[in-house]
Amino acid sequence: MTIHDDTVTSTRATDPYAPPTPAGTRDTTEGKVYTVTGGDWDSVLGANLDEEHIVVNMGPQHPSTHGVLRLVMELEGESITSARTVIGYLHTGIEKNLEYRNWVQGVTFVTRMDYLSPIFNETGYSLAVEKLLGIEAPERAQVIRVLCMELNRISSHLVAFATGGLELGALTAMTNAFRERETILDVLEMITGLRMNHAFVRPGGVAQDLPPGAVEKIRDLLEVLPGLLGGIDDLLTGNPIWQSRTQGIAHLDVQGCLALGITGPVLRSAGLAWDLRKTDPYCGYEDYEFDVAVHTDADCWGRFLVRKQEMFESLKIIEQALDKLRPGPVMVEDTKIAWPAQLALGSDGMGQSLDHVKKIMGTSMEALIHHFKLVTEGFRVPPGQVYTAVESPRGELGFHAVSDGGTRPYRVHVRDPSFTNLQATAAMCEGGMLSDAIAAVASIDPVMGGVDR
Amino acid sequence: MTVSGSGPRPGAVEGAGSAVAPTGSAVRPGTDMFGAAAGGDTSGFGGLVRRAPLDASSPRPYGSWFDEAVDALVEGFPGFAEVVTRVVVDRGELTLHVRPDRVAELAQHLRDDADQRYEMLLGVSGVDYPSSAERFHVVYHLMSMTYRRRLRLETQVPLEHPHVASVTGVYPTADFHERETWDMFGVVFDGHPALTRILMPDDWDGHPQRKDYPLGGVPVEYKGAQIPPPDERRSYA
Repeated sequence: MTIHDDTVTSTRATDPYAPPTPAGTRDTTEGKVYTVTGGDWDSVLGANLDEEHIVVNMGPQHPSTHGVLRLVMELEGESITSARTVIGYLHTGIEKNLEYRNWVQGVTFVTRMDYLSPIFNETGYSLAVEKLLGIEAPERAQVIRVLCMELNRISSHLVAFATGGLELGALTAMTNAFRERETILDVLEMITGLRMNHAFVRPGGVAQDLPPGAVEKIRDLLEVLPGLLGGIDDLLTGNPIWQSRTQGIAHLDVQGCLALGITGPVLRSAGLAWDLRKTDPYCGYEDYEFDVAVHTDADCWGRFLVRKQEMFESLKIIEQALDKLRPGPVMVEDTKIAWPAQLALGSDGMGQSLDHVKKIMGTSMEALIHHFKLVTEGFRVPPGQVYTAVESPRGELGFHAVSDGGTRPYRVHVRDPSFTNLQATAAMCEGGMLSDAIAAVASIDPVMGGVDR
Repeated sequence: MTVSGSGPRPGAVEGAGSAVAPTGSAVRPGTDMFGAAAGGDTSGFGGLVRRAPLDASSPRPYGSWFDEAVDALVEGFPGFAEVVTRVVVDRGELTLHVRPDRVAELAQHLRDDADQRYEMLLGVSGVDYPSSAERFHVVYHLMSMTYRRRLRLETQVPLEHPHVASVTGVYPTADFHERETWDMFGVVFDGHPALTRILMPDDWDGHPQRKDYPLGGVPVEYKGAQIPPPDERRSYA
């Protein structure tokens, strides 16, 4: 490429302040098509545009599209005549990768899918493996799972408000919600060791019991969280700008939700109290008392109120879970399945407990063999297929797991709620204004890591 | 390298020890949980028996609500005998194996019939069983909110003619899901409005979730030792 080359790239490459080249044009069967890339609108203005039809590509790199989501929208003035979503920019092949690791290692992959609700991914996957094995995690493990899931639900909804607020211009909502979320992540870090991507819930139970002081720390959190969540409530609920940006926007009724397979807050905002924790309980949710948040407006405002109420309901569940905690094992006792590690805090950080090492190296050959076999091979899972689902913050998170009887999953398919809910974009946006498309996508709250997997 | 061979093992259960997997099954038959083919297993765990592959219909009664629901389907859906090839009940889940060209027809009935009322299609996923003649299985997860039931439809197609009737007309939500199954397995859904790739780039070659599509990867050096890429690591059948 020479300096005198007249293409956009070369001129811009050598001189960033060079005037933009005129917009490209080409003739098609439907008339003349202009390709405008920014800074070159002047060259189009003089053209004879009888039928103004603009196709706008928003994303994948755009601050208002909630991650690497690309929206292709046809506009007439500022009204959207058609909206299509393009996804796949964050496809990481997690389902394929699972087929090359053993069943326990799968947890570390699925936790990274929908990165805002890692505990739900882990629990859904573990429940699928447990159903294939025909086992059930012990009571204490179930309570810890519920505890972590509900903490995670609050932190996830806070991010929904934070990013949704950011996209609609409410920057304080963003900074405050991320700040409050940090208090929850601190607790999850104390329990699991990590802020995100915990790999804490495992087939058969959880990786480790609650550390000393965790219950007190959660109780302290329960003291302050209502106030912190109330702050977000105060900031947004009565805010006239927030109301006018969300009320009556992106309407989708129950019929539309069912046809499009929509679950979670979007479905509940349309008036159907469908929550798997009530309708198809798992992990002992039938023993907890809480209400399912519903609203009847079926718009962004309704979805906001549903999420808000759900956070307060989660607080109730966490409190009950703390009361339900009884001493006991947190992993199944079957030594052919239970991960053999016994972690303890040593001088160089968390690691294998010295007592356990002494036992397997010195006194129990069987324990050593089991340790070796479980870590290198993993356990076998009887052949068959199952589908399990949990209510993630975004809706039904389903796992279709197929085993061929080996130590690795034969196939795991994830029914991610964000992936399915994104299909509602067209129904919510078409006929509305361009600025409302942002509110619509924000109210679906898709997490692209889960959409593309 | 595998530790245990794929052939019949000594002591395998009668009827489950065949080396060739029957149609539509990826199950490696055999006994035990740890793959010890022979030797003095005194733990007793080696006596665990892997169940025979579920290739036949489950015997009646199925238990739970399954009998009633299947009876209602036989009565209400005229083509039941030719459309549904197998009824399988496993781990408390009901699966209907369906002919690929009639899936949409059955889905329509399951959605609209007062005895079925499967209002929601949760998802479509594929499974690849390269060893069987009809290698691609397409699996539909249905949910009835009225009766609080879940049902799975499964259909299978061969590589040479991977065509399944699209259910987008019945359940619009199948749009993305069928596109994903086309993208990942190369199954064609007849009647889908725009069957294009969804997760992979438009100009991608191949269908990544097929079993003969390599995972890829490079060896990694760790503390002086070479760790092979995941798909070349030792696996334990």
